[in-house]
Amino acid sequence: MIYQLNANVRNFGETISELSGVDISTCYQCGKCTAGCPVVMEMSHTPNQIMRLIQLGLKDEVLSSPTPWLCASCETCTTRCPKEVDIAKIMDTLRILALKEGYKRKEPNVVAFNKIFLDSIKNNGRLQETKLAIVFNLKTLQFFKDMMLGQKLFKKGKISFSNDSIKGTDAVKAIFERSKGFLNKGER
Amino acid sequence: MAYGYYPGCSAHGTAKEYDISTRKVCVKLGIQLEDVADWNCCGASPAHATSEELSLALPLRNLALAEKQGLNSIMTTCSACYNRLKVAHETVKESPETLNRINDIVGEPYNKTLKVTHFVNFLFEEVGLEKLKEKVVKPLENVKAACYYGCLLTRPPELVTIDADPENPTIMDGIVEALGAEAPDWSHKTECCGASLALSRTDIVVRLSGEILKAARFADADCIVVACPLCYANLDMRQSQIASRHGVDYSLPILFISELMGIALGVNYDELGIDKHMVSAANMLKEKGLM
Ligand code: SF4
Ligand code: SF4
Repeated sequence: MIYQLNANVRNFGETISELSGVDISTCYQCGKCTAGCPVVMEMSHTPNQIMRLIQLGLKDEVLSSPTPWLCASCETCTTRCPKEVDIAKIMDTLRILALKEGYKRKEPNVVAFNKIFLDSIKNNGRLQETKLAIVFNLKTLQFFKDMMLGQKLFKKGKISFSNDSIKGTDAVKAIFERSKGFLNKGER
Repeated sequence: MAYGYYPGCSAHGTAKEYDISTRKVCVKLGIQLEDVADWNCCGASPAHATSEELSLALPLRNLALAEKQGLNSIMTTCSACYNRLKVAHETVKESPETLNRINDIVGEPYNKTLKVTHFVNFLFEEVGLEKLKEKVVKPLENVKAACYYGCLLTRPPELVTIDADPENPTIMDGIVEALGAEAPDWSHKTECCGASLALSRTDIVVRLSGEILKAARFADADCIVVACPLCYANLDMRQSQIASRHGVDYSLPILFISELMGIALGVNYDELGIDKHMVSAANMLKEKGLM
């Protein structure tokens, strides 16, 4: 693949460094992050490739990559990087930036899951696992996903439809409203 | 002095037995737990993937509430909650600017006075292996229990580690051995199970968890011991899917550390909630003369 280097090469790298607080320039492409990444098989760009693309300022390539959405936040890369680059933190920054700038979702189910999860906390203060699973299946049109498992869990008394809300739901809602993020705007 | 306890959302759903058995075990050990009143969800991965401020503010509200309640410490049994609480605590401890900003978002001040621990290092530090040994009434002889630490208990090591060695932690192994069981060395102690992708990319979770089960079998383990509801959910509840995909039915019981302790400390099997598991541990326990 031929990449067209962008005039804003430095800017994109600097933006990522600034937003994440991680100096991306120190990565020397040893590949150790990729060697230990559990999800690398499913990724289109490996973690070290993402690092290189950021250094080269290839913003569109990076922000439309499914890689940050597949990252399981296991922190193996961050733990092992000999240059102490916090790659997991960079993956967070990339997800946040991609959402903010409206890049097309390559892993819509992951995005949907995060949104439903956070909505549940925003409304109830706590996560309601049963509702999370049901709403997720409905919203992603997978009506029969995990149905067998659901039946077994029901028999074990682990499915609950009761409202596990807290008294301080208003306090939690206020936290959402005040947090800088992209929760109350645009596509969310 | 009571210890602050933060159960986390899974304690009310898929990991009820972890909560039940933890409370039973603490009674046996003479430890008084006090729940953090009106705790909220820590935000887990979706929060840090969406907004850094949110990912710090949600856990910090719990820390502020615990302080206000007069607690000195907060202990949680969930590795993901522990990770979020500890990262938030350490982050604001290092940066007064961040502390002020997040305190404003939360609306309750946090004064950084709490000790934030996970059940596993709580046992190690507050109870100690010697005392634990003394309390054992039913030693877990001939049980080979592979200790699975997963990601969030050990990484990132400068903020959350419960063990000096993040690549080969042994703290849980020590606890399991104090109970009389054998903790084998094995390859997948800290490999990821896919946790946060459980619903969105179940295929990845099935692959990763399958590899962990395979490694534990290879080490001749009778069961895997976990200290996290998410690890548990993936390793226990996905086993039938793993069986149909890999063609191997591991039928490997996944036990919470508190359940294994409960058995050794003489809590009745029925009171531990172990029968709520998808993969039954009953046969293994009967075989070992523990039930
Ligand atoms: S491990 Fe660190 S230095 Fe090596 S390629 Fe990955 S980010 Fe770069
Ligand atoms: S944190 Fe993400 S990128 Fe890093 S090793 Fe884990 S899954 Fe891979």
